[in-house]
Amino acid sequence: MKIEINSLHFTYPTGLEAIKGISLTINSGEQVAIVGQNGAGKTTLVRHFNGLLKPTSGSVTIGDWDTTKYSVAKLASRIGYVFQNPDEQLFSRDVLTEIEFGPKNLGYSKEKIDELVKQALVWTELTDKTETNPYDLSPTWRKMVALASIIAMDTPIVIFDEPTTGQDFVNVSRIANVIAELKKQGKTVITITHDIDFCAENFERVIALSNGKVLLDGKAHEVLGQEEILAQTYVDPPQLTRLGKVLNLKETVINQEEFLNVIVRSER
Amino acid sequence: MAFINLQNLTYKYPLTKTPALQNINLQIDKGEFISVIGANGAGKSTLCYALAGFVPHFFKGEISGEIEVDGIASSKSTLDEWVVNVGLAFQNPFNQISGAKYTVFEEIAFGLENIGVPREQMKSRVEEAMKLTGISNLADRSPYSLSGGQQQRVALTSILVMQPKLLVLDEPTSQMDPIGTREVFEVIHNLTQSGMTVVMVEHKVEWIAHFANRVIALKDGSIFMEGKPSDVLTSDLLIENGFGVSRYTSVAREAKKQGLWKKEKLPVTLFEAAEGFKE
Ligand SMILES: Nc1ncnc2c1ncn2[C@@H]1O[C@H](COP(=O)(O)OP(=O)(O)OP(=O)(O)O)[C@@H](O)[C@H]1O
Ligand SMILES: Nc1ncnc2c1ncn2[C@@H]1O[C@H](COP(=O)(O)OP(=O)(O)OP(=O)(O)O)[C@@H](O)[C@H]1O
Ligand SMILES: [Mg+2]
Ligand SMILES: [Mg+2]
Repeated sequence: MKIEINSLHFTYPTGLEAIKGISLTINSGEQVAIVGQNGAGKTTLVRHFNGLLKPTSGSVTIGDWDTTKYSVAKLASRIGYVFQNPDEQLFSRDVLTEIEFGPKNLGYSKEKIDELVKQALVWTELTDKTETNPYDLSPTWRKMVALASIIAMDTPIVIFDEPTTGQDFVNVSRIANVIAELKKQGKTVITITHDIDFCAENFERVIALSNGKVLLDGKAHEVLGQEEILAQTYVDPPQLTRLGKVLNLKETVINQEEFLNVIVRSER
Repeated sequence: MAFINLQNLTYKYPLTKTPALQNINLQIDKGEFISVIGANGAGKSTLCYALAGFVPHFFKGEISGEIEVDGIASSKSTLDEWVVNVGLAFQNPFNQISGAKYTVFEEIAFGLENIGVPREQMKSRVEEAMKLTGISNLADRSPYSLSGGQQQRVALTSILVMQPKLLVLDEPTSQMDPIGTREVFEVIHNLTQSGMTVVMVEHKVEWIAHFANRVIALKDGSIFMEGKPSDVLTSDLLIENGFGVSRYTSVAREAKKQGLWKKEKLPVTLFEAAEGFKE
């Protein structure tokens, strides 16, 4: 399902203009990372996708639905959004109820709900925590619960707002796995992240926002190699890209495999 | 005597079976920049709470051993007395905003106001602190109408402005942009140069390696390893136990297997990696 953003402007009631003219198309099944400085407008932008915010001018359409014409509840069947702060999202007394809520609300059959919930629990390794109150979990596990409750809704588009913050190495790989599984299912995954190495390893397309506008948009390779431009929005290239630069490698490398390949070739 | 002294510290939260901290022995000198790493649930936040007096003064439960800062035992002090010397930035910055104030400036001044700092001095301290964390431009904004990273900067600033002797930071850059993260590490490092002692929980290994004096690796509530960043953060034992390392370390480790990394020691910073691969 395609997302189309046309000349989007958004001004908060305080008078602050957070989105200053953005036009973008995100195609069905794309894996997109959004990066950029604190306050660049990343969260504000994606909150337009599920209708939490409505454009001040311009438009956002999800498939054939203009977000101004559909309620947040209705849009939830097309878009799942995992909040940056899980505490804004979680409200149930136990993990299982929390994860079941979304798919139940979408009116899926009992069998489908059970299957989706089970899969979400397995992917996030929350199976042994189903009876726990989310508020007795640490912030990192609450974030995992928030993530599970959204993927259980089986929407064609999934948005993660800073999914890896505070997560350890093992949980970061778990999240990378979830993204890979969603990709296999043909879903669109949009992820806001400050973890540029994670971004380089898991996304095909990268959009860098700066001060309410698109600064760069393209293949991960093209975008993540542009050190000077990225610096304008307080983003560093990935660690191995920086290493490649210092070593004067001819091409931009963004992950371990590419780096080693280039080194092997230059040894010969 | 060390500025901070933890002796055989063991602590169990109420109604839990296994201790969250087990037999922790740790001495920290004045002006040290200590970084704490470890998996989710390893006990990093609990260690922060113990240093900041919340364990056992706020979280009850069973405690044994000693927590001393600047020669004073936490058990012989109240939380109110303790927080004068020790500042804690919580892991979840969204919960730290007081809710009592209309502007970011007032929010940051709140703590100083409470301890009766005179108006003029307060103003200059707040402005100074906001400059350090790069939020001078947010002074008149409402603390609730901010982005995630901006909120985290406000939370951090409201601790810094108190100029505590011991600064305890629980993942203070988790919501921050990459270059902003590096700047915060720099600011903290500079504060330790002028005598502040810092204990900082972090996952961002590259910057820990650059700026911290010592790394404490926690696992299941115990100290698994401690030492210089360049030693701890490149240790095979650490990697084999599921701790995250920098991409420089993992790529060199792989390269070493293929004979492409010739040095004995693995790199943890960009500089070390570049030096090694140039050979
Ligand atoms: N509720 C709000 N009311 C008014 N202004 C807001 C509100 N939320 C955010 N802003 C402002 O809008 C701008 C964009 O904020 P947004 O949350 O989209 O940033 P972001 O790119 O997600 O940043 P971060 O990386 O820090 O999460 C910022 O200047 C922010 O201060
Ligand atoms: N308030 C609490 N009551 C009971 N148990 C708790 C409480 N807070 C933490 N724990 C438990 O204590 C242990 C250590 O938790 P702690 O939050 O200190 O870990 P952490 O290393 O900070 O993890 P994270 O990376 O997820 O923040 C965990 O087993 C956790 O479940
Ligand atoms: Mg945001
Ligand atoms: Mg913690």
